[in-house]
Amino acid sequence: MDLAVAVALQVLTGIATLLIISLGLAVIFGMMRVINLAHGEFLMLGAYAAILSARAGLNIWLAMLVVAPLAVGAIGVAVERLVIRRLYGRMLDTMLATWGLSLGFIGAVTMIFGNTVAGFSAPLGSVAIGGYRSSGYGLFLIGAACVLIAGVWAVLRFTPAGLIARGTMQNPEMAAALGVSPSRVYAIAFAVGAALSGLAGALIAPFSGVVPTMGTVYIAKAFITVITGGAAMLAGTLSASGLLGTVATLGTFATTPVLGEVAMLAVAIVLLRLLPEGITGRFFRRSL
Amino acid sequence: MIEVAELEAGYGRIGVLRGITLAVAPGSCLGILGHNGMGKTTLLRTIVGLLAATRGTVRLDGQDIGHLPTHRRARLGLGYVPQGRQIFPRLSVRENLAFAAAAAGGSGRARQIEAVLADFPELTRLLDRPGGALSGGEQQLLALARALCAAPRVLLLDEPTEGIQPSIVQAMIARIGELRRRRGLTVLLVEQNLEFILGLADRALLIHRGRISREIPHEALADPALVAEFVGIAA
Repeated sequence: MDLAVAVALQVLTGIATLLIISLGLAVIFGMMRVINLAHGEFLMLGAYAAILSARAGLNIWLAMLVVAPLAVGAIGVAVERLVIRRLYGRMLDTMLATWGLSLGFIGAVTMIFGNTVAGFSAPLGSVAIGGYRSSGYGLFLIGAACVLIAGVWAVLRFTPAGLIARGTMQNPEMAAALGVSPSRVYAIAFAVGAALSGLAGALIAPFSGVVPTMGTVYIAKAFITVITGGAAMLAGTLSASGLLGTVATLGTFATTPVLGEVAMLAVAIVLLRLLPEGITGRFFRRSL
Repeated sequence: MIEVAELEAGYGRIGVLRGITLAVAPGSCLGILGHNGMGKTTLLRTIVGLLAATRGTVRLDGQDIGHLPTHRRARLGLGYVPQGRQIFPRLSVRENLAFAAAAAGGSGRARQIEAVLADFPELTRLLDRPGGALSGGEQQLLALARALCAAPRVLLLDEPTEGIQPSIVQAMIARIGELRRRRGLTVLLVEQNLEFILGLADRALLIHRGRISREIPHEALADPALVAEFVGIAA
């Protein structure tokens, strides 16, 4: 029984991690159909923002939960204004531009901080479950993922800003004809997506270690999750995180971490072969 | 009042509008008649700002709005009911209306929606239904109601009878005519349906290959010879 609970918590932590690292990408892709290849570097910048402000003496929770999203959100505003805004509707150009940005961010951070692994230990200890121990920070990640997805859902579902975002996502021309500036909505969506990515980077930093190339480890997982989820950005990300996180964690338990990730990729490939429009192309179609 | 002078626009190198000039007096309704591909929809899209004009001016109550983006034109009082309705399919009827009221800004959004629903009581039983699940006629009512939620001074209607059962065309004429009188709306109506134009417009312009080819006074709209000419049948 204790083992089952410990395994279940590990599975939930795996799901929460996938959800957290994918949410920012899902918001940007779902709202704007922009494939942001600099997403991994937004994670990395969030991790550095957290670690630097913590080293400067700021409370670790404030560094992770406030400074990281604000810093990367501000970087997102600049990236949208200087690069993305000029490339709306040009998917390939956007991919190339954000890929270039990602290389630029990696290079800049490497020059400033060097190619060494930094990090900080998980701020919570472990929790005893019978004869087993589970990471308290893992439990925090599960809670954070729940709060994040519920928060984004509530904003989209219940606020005038969320209504404007949903309508603009469906028909930007008509939104403009009714008095909404789609470029302003996109700018805000990009900044929010970047802030969520920055927050995600800070949240995973205690597990992953912080290095300029850390984004490359996570960007593939985030993309697979978002693409497997399909058009509905929240329901898709949640369902794909649930499925792929479960497969990866159980695969890791049964074999090795590498084979666990291989199993996750195999499931994603089979799923996309069977459901080319992703999970929400067939299920939960009317969800957000 | 909406005024258009020497308006030219097109798609890439293909010119569609070739110097359109027209004016719609406050509170009046001008119909634009023309066959498919003559530039009717392009004219409205250019006035709204969804298509950039290559030449000419657009004025709303004397203010040059030709250089403004679409959303700024809407906020100045230009309402648009596009061809095909363009309802937000995954938003409910209530949310479609709330979107327009929120987009228009200002206070009293709920009151604005209530006032519009009083004019469109059929929509009250559909408030929680997704826009994409409505029939063509219901969507047309919603498109009209949504445009009115922003309290426009000038309303541009693009083929409101498209996809509507012929049996409800008269009801639509009565509804729009009543709204126009009560709200003092200035209406620019693009249509192929002569009956609809006759029922609503004070006068009409015939558009042919991107130019105004002729003005038709209201009394002439019922002329059988015009009908025959317009539908392409020899009188």
